[in-house]
Amino acid sequence: MATDVHGRIVPIGKTAANQATTATTAPHGKPSPQTPAATATTTTTTTTTTTTTTTDQDADAAAIEVAGLTRSFDGRRVIDDLHLTVRPGEFVALLGRSGCGKSTLLRVLAGLDREIEGRVLVPRRRAVAFQAPRLMPWKRVWHNVLLGLPGRPGRALAERALAEVGLTEQATAWPKTLSGGEAQRASLARALVREPDLLLLDEPFGALDALTRITAQRLVADVWQRRGCAVLLVTHDVEEALLLADRALVMDGGVIAYETPVALPRPRDLADPGFAALRAELLDQLGVTTSASVATSASVATSTSVIASASVTASAQGTSLAPEELGRPRATPHERIR
Amino acid sequence: MPPVLEPVIPLSTRRRAVPRWLRRAIGPVFLLALWQICSATGALSPDTLASPGTIARTTADLTQDGTLPGAMAVSVQRVLIGLALGGVIGITLALISGLSRLGEDLIDATVHMLRSIPWVGMIPLFIIWLGIGEAPKIALIALGVAFHLYLNVYAGIRGVDAQLIEAGTALGLGRWGLVRHVVLPGALPGAMTGLRYSLATAWLALVFGETINADEGIGFLLNRAREFFQTDVIVVCLLVYAVLGLLADFIVRTLERLLLQWRPTFTGA
Repeated sequence: MATDVHGRIVPIGKTAANQATTATTAPHGKPSPQTPAATATTTTTTTTTTTTTTTDQDADAAAIEVAGLTRSFDGRRVIDDLHLTVRPGEFVALLGRSGCGKSTLLRVLAGLDREIEGRVLVPRRRAVAFQAPRLMPWKRVWHNVLLGLPGRPGRALAERALAEVGLTEQATAWPKTLSGGEAQRASLARALVREPDLLLLDEPFGALDALTRITAQRLVADVWQRRGCAVLLVTHDVEEALLLADRALVMDGGVIAYETPVALPRPRDLADPGFAALRAELLDQLGVTTSASVATSASVATSTSVIASASVTASAQGTSLAPEELGRPRATPHERIR
Repeated sequence: MPPVLEPVIPLSTRRRAVPRWLRRAIGPVFLLALWQICSATGALSPDTLASPGTIARTTADLTQDGTLPGAMAVSVQRVLIGLALGGVIGITLALISGLSRLGEDLIDATVHMLRSIPWVGMIPLFIIWLGIGEAPKIALIALGVAFHLYLNVYAGIRGVDAQLIEAGTALGLGRWGLVRHVVLPGALPGAMTGLRYSLATAWLALVFGETINADEGIGFLLNRAREFFQTDVIVVCLLVYAVLGLLADFIVRTLERLLLQWRPTFTGA
C-alpha cells in the first residue's frame, strides 16, 4: 500500500473525470516558511520534498485542487464556485461560522459527498478524523485501527500507530472503555495508519475538554511534523487555527472569502504580537467584534490580557511557555465563534 | 446547623449479602412450597392438580422407562430443525431487504402482509399440503421463527448508525467490507432479540404441532395423558417444556454475553 506518492491525485464526483486534464495554476502557490522540515516516516518517499525550499516541480504539486466546486442542498448553494489549492505537506486551517459549508467541503474532499459540480482532485491516500471518534463499538481498538486497510495487516502495524498517539496500553480495549480523549486519539491513529498524503480533520477537538484539547492539538502538530502530510483542519476556533496552521482560510458565502498565511515561528506563542494581530484580523473576518469598540487594537489588548493570565497559570505549574503546553485560555463569551 | 451525614454504601458489600442465584430461586421455591402445602392439606384435589411429590415420582418413572427422554429427543430435534430452517429463511430475507432498496421493495411489504396471518391458522393448510408426518410440524416452527428473525434482523440492519457507515466508507471499506465489518455486527443486538423471540415461538409452535396429531414427542405424551386424566403426566410435560425453554434462554444469554460484550448498555442496578 505504500507505493503511492502524494503527487497522484484522483478526481471526485461525476463531472470531475472529464475535466481532470485541464489543470489550473495554483492560486496559493507561494511557499510558507513555516512548513516543517518533514522527517517523514519510512515509506512515503516523496513527502519529504515538501519542505522549506520549493522546487519548480513542487510549485505545480498539490495535495488538494478544487476548481468551481458547487454543492447545493435543495437548491441552496452551500458551496458556490469554490476554488482551493493546498500544497503537499501544507497545514491549512479552514475557519468559518456554523453552517458556512466548511464541513460540507471536508466531506466532499473525503469523497463522502459526491453530489457536486466542479473539479475536485485529492490524493488517493487520504484519511479522515471526524468530530466524534466513530470507532466501531464491536471491534477492539486495534481492530478499529486496521479496519479497511487492504491485505491482511498485522497487529504490529496497529500497535505502532497506537504508540504514536500514546495508546499502546489500550490496544485490546473495547471502545466503550475509552475516555473521550483516548477515543479521539484512537481515531487519529486509525487515520494515521493509512499513511495519508492528505489528512482531513473535522473539528476533531470540538468535543474534548480544554485540557485534553491542548494535548490533542500538540499531538496533531507533532504527528504532522513527523509525517509531513498535508492537513486540512476544519475548526471554528481561531486560536487553534493559528497554533497549528501554515495558512488560515475563512469560508463565507460558499467560497473561501479570506485567507492569510500564518507566518509565525513554531512552536507558536500566544503572547507573540503577531499572533494577537492575526487573531484579531481573523475574528474580524469572521464578523466577530472583539470588543464594544470595533477597533483592532482593543482586541489585541483583550488577547494579551488573556495570555498574561495564562502565563501565570503556566509558571505556577512550572511548565515552559510553549503555547501548546499552556492551558489555552478560553475566549471570553462574546469572542467565541460558533 | 450542620447537615446530617449519611454513609454511601459500596455496591460490592451490598451485593454480597444474598447471592444472585439464591435471590432468583426464591420465587419458584415459594410457589412450589405453596403448591405442596395446598396438596397436603387437601385444598388441591389430585384430580385437579397432582402434588409436587407425585409429579417427582412420575418424572422418575417416565425417565426410567425411557418414555420421557425419547419424547424429549424427538421434540428437541423438531425444534432444532425448524429453528435452522426458519433461521435461514428469515435471516436471508432480512439481509436481502435490509441491505438493498430493491430487496426492501420486493420483500418487506410481502412479509408484513403474511405476518398478519395468525400462523396457528395455517395448521389445517399445512396438514393438507404436507400430510401428518414431521413436515407440517417443522414447517409450523420454521414459519414462526422466520418472521421473528426477519423483523428483528431487518430492524437491526436499518438501525445501524449512519455515521459508522460513513466512517467505514472513509476508511476505504467496499460494499462487502461495510456489510461484514459494520452492518452485520451492528445488527447483531437485533438478531439476538430476534433469536429470543423465535425460540419462544418455536416451543409454542411445537406444542401446537404436537398436540394436533403426533405419535411421539412431548405433545403426544401430553395428549395421551389428557385422555386418561393423568394430571401428573400433564404437569411433567409442561415442566419439561418450561425447563427446555429455560435452557434455550440460557444458551441465548451466554451467546449474548460472548457476542455483545462490546455493548455499553445498562445491566441493571
